[in-house]
Amino acid sequence: MDIKLNEDQFEIARHARRFCENESSIEYVRAMFEDERGFTDDVWAKMAEMGWMGMRIPESYGGLELGLLDLAVVLEEMGRGVTPGPFFSTVLLAAETLMAAGNEGQKARYLPGIAAGEIKGTLALHEPDGGADLGYIQMEAREDGEGYILNGTKIAVPDAHVADFLICVVRTRRGRQPGRGITLFLLDTTSPGLSVSTLPTMDGTRKLCSVEFRETRVRREAILGDPHKGWKPLLKALQVAQVALCAECVGGAERAMEIATEYAKVRIQFDQPIGAFQAIKHRCAQMYVEAETARSILYWAAWAQDHGKAKEAAMSASVAKAYCSEVFRNCSTSAIQVLGGTGFSWEHDIHFYLRRAKANEMALGDPAYHREQVVRLLEA
Amino acid sequence: MDYRLNRKQEAFRKEFVSWLAENLPAGWDPSRFRNFESSEARAGAYRSFQGKLARAGYAAMHYPKAYGGQGRSLMEDVIVLQTLASACMELRMPGSITHGMAAPTILHCGNEEQKKKYLPKIIDGTDIWCQGFSEPNAGSDVANVSTRAVKENGHYVLNGQKLWTSLAHVSDYCILLVRTDPNVAKHKGLSYLLLDMKLPGVEVRPTTQITGDAEFNELFFDEVHVPEDMLVGQEGQGWMIAITTLMFERVLGDALMGAAFERNLERMLDLAKKTRRSGRPVIEDPVFRQQLAQGFIEVMVLKYHGLRNLSTQLQGGIPGPEGSIGKLLWSEPNQRICENAVGMQGPLSQITGGSPWSVHDGLWQHAFLRSKGNTIEAGTSEVQRNIIGERCLGLPKDISRAARRK
Repeated sequence: MDIKLNEDQFEIARHARRFCENESSIEYVRAMFEDERGFTDDVWAKMAEMGWMGMRIPESYGGLELGLLDLAVVLEEMGRGVTPGPFFSTVLLAAETLMAAGNEGQKARYLPGIAAGEIKGTLALHEPDGGADLGYIQMEAREDGEGYILNGTKIAVPDAHVADFLICVVRTRRGRQPGRGITLFLLDTTSPGLSVSTLPTMDGTRKLCSVEFRETRVRREAILGDPHKGWKPLLKALQVAQVALCAECVGGAERAMEIATEYAKVRIQFDQPIGAFQAIKHRCAQMYVEAETARSILYWAAWAQDHGKAKEAAMSASVAKAYCSEVFRNCSTSAIQVLGGTGFSWEHDIHFYLRRAKANEMALGDPAYHREQVVRLLEA
Repeated sequence: MDYRLNRKQEAFRKEFVSWLAENLPAGWDPSRFRNFESSEARAGAYRSFQGKLARAGYAAMHYPKAYGGQGRSLMEDVIVLQTLASACMELRMPGSITHGMAAPTILHCGNEEQKKKYLPKIIDGTDIWCQGFSEPNAGSDVANVSTRAVKENGHYVLNGQKLWTSLAHVSDYCILLVRTDPNVAKHKGLSYLLLDMKLPGVEVRPTTQITGDAEFNELFFDEVHVPEDMLVGQEGQGWMIAITTLMFERVLGDALMGAAFERNLERMLDLAKKTRRSGRPVIEDPVFRQQLAQGFIEVMVLKYHGLRNLSTQLQGGIPGPEGSIGKLLWSEPNQRICENAVGMQGPLSQITGGSPWSVHDGLWQHAFLRSKGNTIEAGTSEVQRNIIGERCLGLPKDISRAARRK
């Protein structure tokens, strides 16, 4: 048993912290919050130079072939800095799904470009009537000669407005069970019949879109992996993405705790620093407890995705997603309370953390969804 | 990073699990949450079981051989303790203070004679120890201890009262925090004594607690003459000794708690499958499913945070005040788990053990009441959050306490 980061991982974290402070400062976050694209090509290219896009991509496809824990260390720092841009959609959603479901040709065509920062992608999963249920896929594709025709709407698709391609989760066999009849299609976002609209969202640091499919034709080669069998590999990729979100949550929760604690030490009311009052002190202590324990759960879940058995990987991802995302929400909310009127202002940075926390909490299955998964696994 | 036991540790675990299966007391029923009706019977069973453990070479794995231990690794102790916590926590309870507090205090802070005299009898189950810290006016404010120890002709003469002393009625010895110097700042005037409970002038009065059990006692000292060689460390070091040993042992305690609570969660799952609501198993109800999952999640937090701290300690790191987290991680979740488990039972929730209608032999009714003590004993949640706020985060003490310190 050895439960701590190694020297390399500490080094990765140090570099990532420096990058986020210098290249993706809070001023950059503010500017990108208002910006329609949500990132600059300059910062994106610098991230690619750091090797971040290809950390988990195999060396044969131009990546670094590292583990999820290595990437989690970077994501903790990105969470800490509420880093904007299509990193999560491209690297976790698109690339992970490609790696889990794609065939050789598909991987060879897209992964090297992703690793080099030249291609961006995303995953079109959620549907308007599905709520937080990841398994609710009703959008259908009908077979038509050489390929399929897609019709329907996907909602809350991250960064589709800047993506070169998207992977769309579609039902090709009737039914309600997600395990059967789901097919993954990989499409260029410029495909005829596909239209992307950016949605006005609370968390402007990570843009969400709706994607409309109207008689969108796709060729058979656009199927990622095997037809009708897309759910299993997708779930594997989603687990990795869920744990990755947890890493962001841990970094963000810790930073929110630090911001609140620093303020509590210097803000004087009733002739003493407010951090001396137990009402405030205990809030800060609770944030510390939650952020630190969320990190313990994150490490387990990240390790289990690469080294655990299938059930442990699934269980740890759901435990982590339910826990870490609630921790981030609690910490950012509590931090605003400690900051008082200041925390309620647009001028202070803390609201970016609350926005990201709420977005992460609802993304890829909300806590209620994951608690349900936990019970199913306990029953199994 | 690796969460698995290595091959040698895994082999040791298997060996111990099979030894344990053969060596639990006769008539031991793992499905019952209480195998012994009285605390005296439980203490007796503990002594003979601990003796068996010691003779088989499974007691105090990481303690030096010279003091009755096995001279092996802390990890082996963890494996033994987790296995015991999961299989027979009840059998372990009478020794919890003995092994969790008395033994490590003597090992880390005692002198050579004290180690040679007391540790072997702790390890082989002969002696049970209790802990005399709390007093009527020293609850959360432990340093406010007023039990006086005055040095006279090679003895400390004790006068005063202790309260909430768990297991005192079955104990042979007591670790004691006493005031030896009333003229210095309150933390500085305390000393740490070992007390033979058979000495004249020691009186134990059982106290009935919220569950109806009498685990607790009041201790009265009337001119008790404690030989001066029972002092641990130097006079005036009592506070520091109490704090350091607590920190060292908390990590082991948390690892043990994780295993015990995983067992409780299995019981809760069983409860949800067997108990009915509207004629259907409770586990089919979405509200209770969420509660069950949340309980499991919180136990995983306890487990994996505990393992992370343990790993730090195994690699030679010194656990700091962040150990205070561990106390919050089992006490508060346990209260929620017990609330929810009782809540699953509808009207049957009111029935304790001993009825044909009892659910799980009244386990949850007892646990529900007992859990209310979890956030009070061994440092209240409020005290833990003060420690975390001040020592981990560097937040200032409140003015009144800061002023009194000066």
